[in-house]
Amino acid sequence: MSPGILHFVQLVVTGLVIGSVYALVALGFVLIYKATSVINFAQGEFVLMGAYVCLWVIMDFQIPFVWSFLITMVFSVVLGLLVERLMLRPLIGEPIITVIMVTIGLATVLKSVVTLFWGTQIRVFPQIFPQKPLNFHGIVVSEVYLWTLGFALLFMAIFAFFFKYSRAGIAMRATADDQQVAQSMGISVKRIFAISWCIAAVVSAVGGILIGNINGINITLADFGLKVFPAVILGGLDSIVGAIIGGLTIGILENLMGGYLDIYFGGGVKEVAPFVVLVVILMIKPYGLFGTVEIERV
Amino acid sequence: MPTGLFHSDYKEDEQIFQTLWLKCWMGGLLLFLFVGFPLVATPLSRFLGFSVQHMANMIGIFMIGAHGLNLLTGFTGQISLGHAAFMGVGAYTSSILFMKAGWPFWLSLPAAGLVTAGVGMVFGVPSLRLRGLYLAIATMAAQFIIEYGMRNWTSLTGGSGGLNVDRPSFFGIPLDTDLRYYYLILVLAILSTVFLKNLLRTKTGRALVAVRDRYLSAEIMGVNLFKYRLLAFGISSFYVGVAGGLFAHYNLVVSDEHFTMWLSIQYLAMVIIGGLGHVLGGIFGTIFMVLLPEVLRIPTEILSNIYPNFFTYFGTLRELVFGLVIILFLIFEPDGLAARWHTIRAYWKLWPFSY
Repeated sequence: MSPGILHFVQLVVTGLVIGSVYALVALGFVLIYKATSVINFAQGEFVLMGAYVCLWVIMDFQIPFVWSFLITMVFSVVLGLLVERLMLRPLIGEPIITVIMVTIGLATVLKSVVTLFWGTQIRVFPQIFPQKPLNFHGIVVSEVYLWTLGFALLFMAIFAFFFKYSRAGIAMRATADDQQVAQSMGISVKRIFAISWCIAAVVSAVGGILIGNINGINITLADFGLKVFPAVILGGLDSIVGAIIGGLTIGILENLMGGYLDIYFGGGVKEVAPFVVLVVILMIKPYGLFGTVEIERV
Repeated sequence: MPTGLFHSDYKEDEQIFQTLWLKCWMGGLLLFLFVGFPLVATPLSRFLGFSVQHMANMIGIFMIGAHGLNLLTGFTGQISLGHAAFMGVGAYTSSILFMKAGWPFWLSLPAAGLVTAGVGMVFGVPSLRLRGLYLAIATMAAQFIIEYGMRNWTSLTGGSGGLNVDRPSFFGIPLDTDLRYYYLILVLAILSTVFLKNLLRTKTGRALVAVRDRYLSAEIMGVNLFKYRLLAFGISSFYVGVAGGLFAHYNLVVSDEHFTMWLSIQYLAMVIIGGLGHVLGGIFGTIFMVLLPEVLRIPTEILSNIYPNFFTYFGTLRELVFGLVIILFLIFEPDGLAARWHTIRAYWKLWPFSY
């Protein structure tokens, strides 16, 4: 392959890996939106929380990765439950601005809690997945990237099965479809809300841990969570498939734009490109690729 | 003699300050702001250990911005997470026109407002067909894009090093002290408040409120949604742009770090804590948010005597308290301080016969 194409493919592959983590976090975001119509601005802070708790358990208690991973999952479930019960449930029926603002407040609180406990300097996970670079016909991929991609896909598959076959999953889809009908069929909508927040916290924590293994973590990991917005807007706010495709696309797109445009704009294009894409999508196709187009009536 | 308020014509009914008593209060307040406050500021600063004058100036600057956001969010129902960036646009515009192009201050400040209004309207366009949710996301994107521009358009903005700005002079009077600048801010803050209050009593203002309450019904009744939403964005950005210009010349240096997402959140917190949809809300909210860190400093200083490291956590602690205050206010006092003020006033009006 010529160097130009090689460079391109390299960028796409790395973008795909990061995109798979975006997709995972976006999945949690869409889940909350679909089930409870809440836009969660604290999604990035869930990512942050998950990564730090996992790291803390590994480093300070010297517990093997698998167990600390499970402990983090339990912690995320509790966090999701607490947030739903203490903050969101009192606000059911309040105007949308209030709900958005409360998740922003939550984001601020979680972020400062992380800073208070763990400081702001960058921290690195102990090597869990091998970093050894693998070479496929000139495309260099570190092994940890493949693990990340594999994990992200695995979790997506688990959730696909969960939604398709499990009772709770079907109940969640029903609630998302029509709360009143679901309730009249005996589904506890409150419980579904709680489950949605739990799952969102869990997938975000997984995303955080995966990214932590690649880059190390510091407080800016929360900004990573903000990238789910371009992903979900591209995919459509209420589409799970859209979240996954949107996440992957945004990952690849930002990597390509970063790779090719950084020299013209003095760096950091990666950080802003997804948001430019977001604005463009809102201008031309506001409900995204797979989102439900709302028809409004008086 | 009538016991209560009886209007015998529409003109009386439309007055902002309806009783002589209120007018006297307002006169007293203005007298205090123009004459009394500058006199007590210096001794008060010495007593409290921080510059009260500086605080008042910051309150004035941010109040103008908060009024702008309140017009957009509180009165038109359009949430914006990009107002810090818009303020930055105003700050840079005024600084660049003043420092590099050599414009006089009395031209560069309104120009800052106009440029910001333009930028705000551009980012307002995609959201005009969308509901509040999408708007929050679109303006957040605006925040990040503009922030990136401020940081990376080095030839214009000086990059992350920032831009040095001089204190301006206003028709020959150099605004070189905090006190002199205070009068400029005070006049502009009063003007902006009066304009906002009066705007809401006009056809335009009522259309904006209609757009907030039931936009589809409003459109059916002949309110042009596109026009009024864009107008709200424009006026709101103008306000915040002027605030940015004032901030730049007061702070003497502008850089992208002054206008981060965090400030946007603070702006929203100001109008929500103060009271969305009340002119008083912007005022109360700003006073609350600017004074909160100073109030927090007191327990921090006491605690840092016990735990010497404590002071390093001050910034983080402040954010934590801000977050908690926002959440608690939304859950327990969703109508904000202005609504509380109205209930207290109503209570005293009827006291001691509250029923």
